Amino acid sequence: MTHGALFFAVFLACAVEAVEATTIVLAAGTAREWRSTTIGLIAALVVLAGIVAVLGPAISSVPLRGLRLVVGALLLIFGLQWLRKAILRASGFKALHNEDQIFADEVAAATAAPHERRGFVTDWYAFTLSFKGVLLEGLEVVFIALTFGTNDHNVGLAAIAAAAAVLVIGGAGFAVRAPLARVPENAMKFVVGVMLTGFGAFWGAEGAGADWPGNDAALPIVVAVVALFSLGLVATMRRSAAIEPVRREMTMAADR
Amino acid sequence: MTAVVARLRSFALFWYDFVIGDDWRIAVGVVAALGITYGVSRTSVPAWWILPVAVVLLLPLSLWRVARAARSASRSSRDATL
Repeated sequence: MTHGALFFAVFLACAVEAVEATTIVLAAGTAREWRSTTIGLIAALVVLAGIVAVLGPAISSVPLRGLRLVVGALLLIFGLQWLRKAILRASGFKALHNEDQIFADEVAAATAAPHERRGFVTDWYAFTLSFKGVLLEGLEVVFIALTFGTNDHNVGLAAIAAAAAVLVIGGAGFAVRAPLARVPENAMKFVVGVMLTGFGAFWGAEGAGADWPGNDAALPIVVAVVALFSLGLVATMRRSAAIEPVRREMTMAADR
Repeated sequence: MTAVVARLRSFALFWYDFVIGDDWRIAVGVVAALGITYGVSRTSVPAWWILPVAVVLLLPLSLWRVARAARSASRSSRDATL
């Protein structure tokens, strides 16, 4: 994989997760209080740094073939789940991911929750909302950066891409103090799903002992084939979603 | 004891949701396809095509299940309205 492709793949995947984490942190800070929210954010970042410190060297010491087998399997499962949701959203079978709506829901829930002080955290709800949101979204960022970086022998570049995504998205969110609803999150999730599935299939097959025709040159072809196939599925599912109401009307007319 | 079991349960559920997600069949299919790839790679037959074929089979099957459930829910709600 080229440095550019590694940077792009990790940056895009981490940017999607950062958008979601930023929405949660902004909701907690806006509806509750910023001090406890910031403590929750920092605490989650410390835990994530600890996970990287433990997992990074551990993953790097695993033989490449075994690593590619496990990572390929996980990326393929993640990628297919992301693609599945993205195709369902794009074809109308599932509601689009709407950061404005998620922000409004989080703010409503946060406003209604009671205040509780624990130790030096003045608002426990704001702390846990921020901590859990950043930790859960951050776990995926850590997983993607570590696996992509280790597989390509360039953890440093993957870490820079992940940090850049978090800084750009987090910075933009705090600059506008509003959810980043204009970020084309659904399209980004589709692209990330395609990349995770393509990389997962490529590395998984190599890890299981298969040899790709053309070696690394096969990777962009696999990603392109997954992208085209997924776009075809979106078109098919859209037709199915459009036909369904017509069929429903016809059935109702026949019943009458 | 009950609190410990509840915490362990929620910890396991978190990892199940994080790794497996909404459709466990995808995870089972991927693991099976990797196993077949390993088996075939031990022979003289090329094995690189097995995972792409698995993607081509697993993704539409999972989507088809959702579409079928949506249709059946839509029919049920129509029947209830009529």
